[in-house]
Amino acid sequence: MSGGMKASWPPIKTIAKRELSAYFESPVAYVFLVIFLLLSGFFTFTLGGFFERGEASLAAFFNWLPWLFLFLVPAAGMRLWSEERRLGTIELLFTMPVAPWQAIVGKFLASWLFLVIALALSFPIVITANWLGDPDNGVIASGYVGAALLAGAYLAIACMTSAFTRNQVVAFILAVVLCLLLILVGFSPLTDLLARWASPWLVEAVAKFSVLTHYDGFQKGVLDSRDLLYFISVIAFALFATGVVIRNQRAG
Amino acid sequence: MIKVENLSKSFAQKRAVDDISFEVAKGEVLGFLGPNGAGKSTTMRMITGFIPPSAGRVSVCGLDVQENPIEVKRRIGYLPEAAPLYTDMSVLAFLKFSAEMRGLHGEDRRNAMRRVVELCHLESVLGQTIDTLSKGFRHRTCLAQALIHDPEVLILDEPTDGLDPNQKHEVRTLIREMGESKAIIFSTHILEEVEAVCTRAIIIDRGRIVANGTPQELKARSGSGTLEDFFRSITRSDTVREAA
Repeated sequence: MSGGMKASWPPIKTIAKRELSAYFESPVAYVFLVIFLLLSGFFTFTLGGFFERGEASLAAFFNWLPWLFLFLVPAAGMRLWSEERRLGTIELLFTMPVAPWQAIVGKFLASWLFLVIALALSFPIVITANWLGDPDNGVIASGYVGAALLAGAYLAIACMTSAFTRNQVVAFILAVVLCLLLILVGFSPLTDLLARWASPWLVEAVAKFSVLTHYDGFQKGVLDSRDLLYFISVIAFALFATGVVIRNQRAG
Repeated sequence: MIKVENLSKSFAQKRAVDDISFEVAKGEVLGFLGPNGAGKSTTMRMITGFIPPSAGRVSVCGLDVQENPIEVKRRIGYLPEAAPLYTDMSVLAFLKFSAEMRGLHGEDRRNAMRRVVELCHLESVLGQTIDTLSKGFRHRTCLAQALIHDPEVLILDEPTDGLDPNQKHEVRTLIREMGESKAIIFSTHILEEVEAVCTRAIIIDRGRIVANGTPQELKARSGSGTLEDFFRSITRSDTVREAA
């Protein structure tokens, strides 16, 4: 990764800008936002029991997010590279003066920003909680940080699977499966089952790889650098893998 | 300005380009001829740095493509085969994106956009989504992208493909004019185009150069004095190759 930060940034920004406007120029963005807000509302107020909980918190909202994002984030990320390959524009992109890592980071940042916008639009739930009671807004803020990181981790995985294929459906399914694995290794109904015959030490070690384990910390209002490091590692690894996949494809 | 030395490319089973060497100087327009699948596009993709060669090297303006990919790409304008485009964008947004990717901003960007819009006659479709354009306009939009930074080197893969006779004539005139101050490689199936535009032509067959000379020289080498007869005498069509 040669060149200073100053020289690297302009192409990243240009690519990110194009990618972000691609969401809003097609109906994709609006369909996504409406579905996200409807489903998150539904999960929060009915299945999550927002009112029945008898507490002023966003737990009902955040508890469902790993499952909601499991489908929505791969849907937002599946087109990132498959579309470039399907249209053949990847040939335009990589004959412009830009390093592959800049293109990968630019596209990722644009999609991530889009997901953060979606998250931010859930603000009426925060207002409702504050209106009805006296929630700990610090915990809510840390919950949002965790949710943004979770979205970033899923997105980086979707970015990687999107580089595998020109078929968006295949990219979507692969991403959902991989993200599901990252959930399940720490999903308590499953880990409890495993703990019956595996040593608790092993189950706990495997659970450390789960997004849920690290996501939960943020929901308790605990900002632990290890949780942060976990999400950053998943994102960095998946984006690095994206670069390897793209390079191998061009080498033929 | 373009120097290709012993360039080869192998895909899984097939040797697509086999030990090709040639040079293109400033002021030259080199025509790339050959049957489908002869290795024209693969060679062009290696020159632009889109795919790495299996062996050999390419330098553009004295810079090695593998060692200085970004610097080389700054100096090349490239029209890929089939003119791929971001179909959701408007022509204007796409040209703006291309200009910014080439490091053009502010007044420079606006001037560059004005210049290519005029050159490629895109005034009437600027606000239109690329999806809704006819093939001729799409092709010219992609050509505009290749010209936006006024590059020293132009690589054009079938620039007149899918254009009507008037548009073909315009693009040829454009290439000939630009050829005076740039180094240009363009591929084509149309032999008359070579005579009309090129200062030199290379014929590729099965990954190898089978002829290299001015259109007049190549014509002289065929008995009947036409480029078409010469082309047919030294290349084999796909169907003949399948049978062989």
